[in-house]
Amino acid sequence: MKKTLALMLSLTLGAGLLSGCVSTRPTTATGDVEGSSSPTQESSASGGVVNVYNWGEYIDESVLEDFTAQTGIKVNYQMYDSNETMYSKLAGGGAEYDVIIPSDYMIARLIEEDMLEPLNFDNIPNFSDVDPELKNPEYDPENLYSVPYMWGLMGVIYNTTAVDETDLGSWDLLWNEKYADDILMIDNSRDAIGIALKSLGYSYNTTDEAQITEAVDLLIQQKPLVQAYVMDEIFGKLEGGNAYVGTYYYGDYLTMLENNPDLGFYIPEEGTNIYVDAMCIPKGAANKENAEAFINFMCSTEAGLKNCEEIWYSTPLLSVREALDPEVSSDPYAYPTADILAKCESYAGLPQNILDLYDSEWTRLKSAT
Amino acid sequence: MKSKGIAVPYVVWMAFFVVAPLVLVVVYAFTTRDSGFTIENFSSMLQYAGVFGRSFLLAFLATLICILLGYPLALLLAREQSRLRGMAMLLIMLPMWMNFLLRTYSWVFLLERNGFFNTLLATIGLPKLDIIDTPAAVVLGMVYNFLPFMVLPIFSVIEKIDPRVIEAAQDLGANNLQVFLRVIFPLSLPGVLSGVTMVFIPSVSTFVISRLLGGGKSLLLGDLIEMQFLGSAYNPHLGSAISLVMMIIVLLSMGLMNRFGEGEGEAVLL
Repeated sequence: MKKTLALMLSLTLGAGLLSGCVSTRPTTATGDVEGSSSPTQESSASGGVVNVYNWGEYIDESVLEDFTAQTGIKVNYQMYDSNETMYSKLAGGGAEYDVIIPSDYMIARLIEEDMLEPLNFDNIPNFSDVDPELKNPEYDPENLYSVPYMWGLMGVIYNTTAVDETDLGSWDLLWNEKYADDILMIDNSRDAIGIALKSLGYSYNTTDEAQITEAVDLLIQQKPLVQAYVMDEIFGKLEGGNAYVGTYYYGDYLTMLENNPDLGFYIPEEGTNIYVDAMCIPKGAANKENAEAFINFMCSTEAGLKNCEEIWYSTPLLSVREALDPEVSSDPYAYPTADILAKCESYAGLPQNILDLYDSEWTRLKSAT
Repeated sequence: MKSKGIAVPYVVWMAFFVVAPLVLVVVYAFTTRDSGFTIENFSSMLQYAGVFGRSFLLAFLATLICILLGYPLALLLAREQSRLRGMAMLLIMLPMWMNFLLRTYSWVFLLERNGFFNTLLATIGLPKLDIIDTPAAVVLGMVYNFLPFMVLPIFSVIEKIDPRVIEAAQDLGANNLQVFLRVIFPLSLPGVLSGVTMVFIPSVSTFVISRLLGGGKSLLLGDLIEMQFLGSAYNPHLGSAISLVMMIIVLLSMGLMNRFGEGEGEAVLL
């Protein structure tokens, strides 16, 4: 009796833990009942689904319903909170995704490790609307594997009511003891170590091991001042005034500003990261054509505009940029001017020994007391 | 023979989902990325001693608090008559009908600096409670989530104590305290032991609670392992090695405790 109870309880707990791990949001097809497959579904060999794996808080979810209504393809939508998490999931195998949306440096790594499928651009005619500046980027020089989704700048977000204006301007705000326990640090190795590298005056893409170790030492010094290491948890923390200083993406700052008008943003004088997140298809994806249809749909003016006005990241689509409110499209942080761009550096792919060093140094930081 | 046949589905299940993964963990722990043999994953373990120490300390604290809170409650319920008992059982079980992750997330909003509790405290003029993103919040999360696993086994053991044993003790002149210390408590030890197991093990290996309530600062073993598999530092070989060491330590301490518990049980019988 006791054993049955114990077993039952541990199973309940186990189930709770497991179901907690993955946030799946299958969007139900509008007016599409199981069994009554539409012609589009029959024509696609895969049975009409596309498995999309995207960043959290990074889409207007009604766009997914529009896509299903238009094509009859159901979207299984899952989210991750960092490039590294997504990579682990892919590298661990067993995950079936058709579309992933990693950042530039991660795309370079995935290409290097032969984990991406070349795209058939005949199925993605809307690619022609992508800003030529963003085509054939460094991370995918021949533009075989990726279609830009959104791009933007990283910067410091602070609460104007709590932070002195004289303390602004540099990455040092994140190390300022005056704001001990009010500081949120970003919770992924590339961004966090990158910030420390920048504030030491080094390049994001350094392969000098001593510089990286120095940067992590700086992060360990910072640790007692940090309230929490966060990714999307930053929304609640900054909007609710639970912390005053953080670092995140400009598009997300605009979203937070809607909920808390006291927030401010600046680009640190040492320079910051400019990134592109692009849609790719992992090697061996089961629904490649559907994936290409999805990518094409996301590049349509209609979907692109809806999406952009929800998440406020910078759009790579020229037609969307034109359709945006001029106040938005002339925002120098969203569509940076040359002098801001001059301070930006994008992440490049790193060699394997440096990636290993990032992993072990990140573990060193997180396990430090 | 017949009875053995019934167990086949379970044995197959265990083989696939318990034994096979364990074998994989062992294989991973002793190999490198290029699948060569190595013990480096273990020799580098010492640098995580702090994480091991912190995990065991916090899990120990959570277990201790669960005993202190759970034992009196279980004792009270086991001796109460049915109406209150049914109600109390329902209240204990109720939170478990909700997803573990959701419950832990709610604590984030309750404990936040401008969260529910602090707003409430501020309104009635009391000082703020600043425990979010500290180890204290992690222990709170563990106690909250795992307390039912302490209460229920203790309850079911105490409930089954033969009332005549207690009457006999009273007949022989024992007062209430003596009855408790010499009869009820020793007889309830098996329940306490299974409660301890069911609280300590999930506490020592949790990663959700420490990530959400600890702000990713007080890294626990669970976080360290999760980081190597799904998180920001991909190294399943190191993750497997840490898991293996953790399992061995947990098994050893549980074995030790059970031996101690059996001794107690026998002593009572004699």
